[in-house]
Amino acid sequence: MAHTIAEKILLKHTDRKNIRPGEFIEAEIDLALANDITAPLAIEEFKKAGFSKVFDRKKVVFVSDHFAPAKDARSANQCKFVSHFSAEQKIENYFEVGRMGIEHALLPELGLVKPGDLVIGADSHTCTYGALGCYSTGIGSTDLARGLADGKCWFKVPSSIKFVYQGALGKWIGGKDLILFTIGSIGVDGALYSAMEFTGPVIRGLDMDNRLTMSNMAIEAGARAGIIEPDEITIDYMKSVHTSPITVYRKEEWLNLKSDKDAQYAKVYEWDVSDLEPQVACPHLPSNVKPVKKLKNIKLDQVVIGSCTNGRITDLRIAARILKGKKAKSGLRLIVIPGTQHIYTQAIQEGLAEIFVNAGGVFSTPTCGPCLGGHIGILAEDEVCLATTNRNFIGRMGSPKSLVYLSGPAVAAASAITGRITHPEEIIK
Amino acid sequence: MPCPYGKGRFMILKGAVHKFDDDINTDDIISAKYLVSTDAAELGRHCMESIRSDFAAKVKAGDIIVAGKNFGCGSSREHAPLAVKGCGVAAVVAKSFAAIFFRNAINIGLPFLECAEFDKIAENDVLEIDLNKGIIKNITKKQTYKTQPFPAFLQEIVKAGGLMKYIKARV
Ligand code: SF4
Repeated sequence: MAHTIAEKILLKHTDRKNIRPGEFIEAEIDLALANDITAPLAIEEFKKAGFSKVFDRKKVVFVSDHFAPAKDARSANQCKFVSHFSAEQKIENYFEVGRMGIEHALLPELGLVKPGDLVIGADSHTCTYGALGCYSTGIGSTDLARGLADGKCWFKVPSSIKFVYQGALGKWIGGKDLILFTIGSIGVDGALYSAMEFTGPVIRGLDMDNRLTMSNMAIEAGARAGIIEPDEITIDYMKSVHTSPITVYRKEEWLNLKSDKDAQYAKVYEWDVSDLEPQVACPHLPSNVKPVKKLKNIKLDQVVIGSCTNGRITDLRIAARILKGKKAKSGLRLIVIPGTQHIYTQAIQEGLAEIFVNAGGVFSTPTCGPCLGGHIGILAEDEVCLATTNRNFIGRMGSPKSLVYLSGPAVAAASAITGRITHPEEIIK
Repeated sequence: MPCPYGKGRFMILKGAVHKFDDDINTDDIISAKYLVSTDAAELGRHCMESIRSDFAAKVKAGDIIVAGKNFGCGSSREHAPLAVKGCGVAAVVAKSFAAIFFRNAINIGLPFLECAEFDKIAENDVLEIDLNKGIIKNITKKQTYKTQPFPAFLQEIVKAGGLMKYIKARV
């Protein structure tokens, strides 16, 4: 039977001969991930159920990234709880302040996720790693507790939806614009329970950072996964990532990991995106998407560049290119947050950090921070923020009366200069 | 515990409706600033706070949330179904559920039902839910609605009393 890449990866991790969309399966996982918010609940459930040892300490990753460096005593307790459990279980892949990065920027960079893997994470944006050609998906804390106990998870085999992007991308267009456009077209439940598969010439031309941005937001369309078949760009990326003990490099196998020609898709969308304008999601849904030129005179109090969606070095380079030698609008708070410690040092070495600080911005240590309304830039009542993050729900970044717009790094940087939502070509002709 | 599977195991639930829109996300259900606790009762005190600030004060034990499509979309926080449970809500009825909320609700045993006729139900209607048969009676409107039965695999988890008990029983 013909299979999509999502089905192939799931099947490989079961003891079954075949699987079909809609079926419930139990599968062996390659990696289980949780953070300072979801791990405590998972660990409590794990212990409550009477388990004492994780199934494989090398296949567990905990990252204290959401409220860390701890924003208050209660978040500090949560980080401490996870840190102690990691020490007790001899889990080496526990990351906190100083080694820490936003989990979905960190894991690919460390080579902890690789093509063909089956990854579960107690964080909805675990779908990010689909860009590498693995099946990675968000689950809850009890699922994670179970994964810690026996290395397994239950899945409903998703049907797949194919997204084919034709044409050539315009100057300021990146992965964020493509995925916002996609979510704007199909809606926040347009891929509910499905695996999205991104393909076509435009995807083949995208670098890994931009691919990760796209897969990251598959969840914002309701999807279980957002997968891109591995190619030479994937292989080059895997070669470049920091080595880790569980990274095994298998070029031929990875390049062969593709959907069968006659695989079944629930739907196929095909777009020519040559004329695509930079996209912005307006409050209060990621699907409320408009081209930037339609947004006239939206005044901003804050711009945030960072998150697991757009906190990678490629994003910071684009933002710095626009902000170089310029100032953020007086009265506007510009907050730039690199995704990981490695990206942070890269940004310093490349002079990007200096550009942000000279522009009157803040250059923070890696953290989720304001993305989920945690810390480092919470919005007051009636304030308006443009962020390169992934959610603009009511109250997501602070007061329920604040407004959040979402864009890619180019629009965010340009808008920081003018103080209103702005097309980058207005700054750099 | 949830779900229609026809063994006469579940109590009949009866409660008043709190009606919500489409796409209620987990930030709506429990704002991230409260995710410094894993205690259901504490989380419950802030359930739906940013979209309906008086919800937690008004809701009574046994009440029922009714919503449109894609209930529980957004983050994976299991604190969301915990908050719903913690504030006393007995069950959630929606047109559809986001995938992670769906599995969390199964795993922790929050009763929920998919019902295509959700739009016939109004705020303050009194519902009687028979989880054994998967039937919802609208006492106020004298109507009966069918719901989507759960697949056999999920019924096994529910019967066991949640995911961890299901696993324990098999080890
Ligand atoms: S950066 Fe935002 S979306 Fe990403 S993991 Fe952190 S809180 Fe979640």
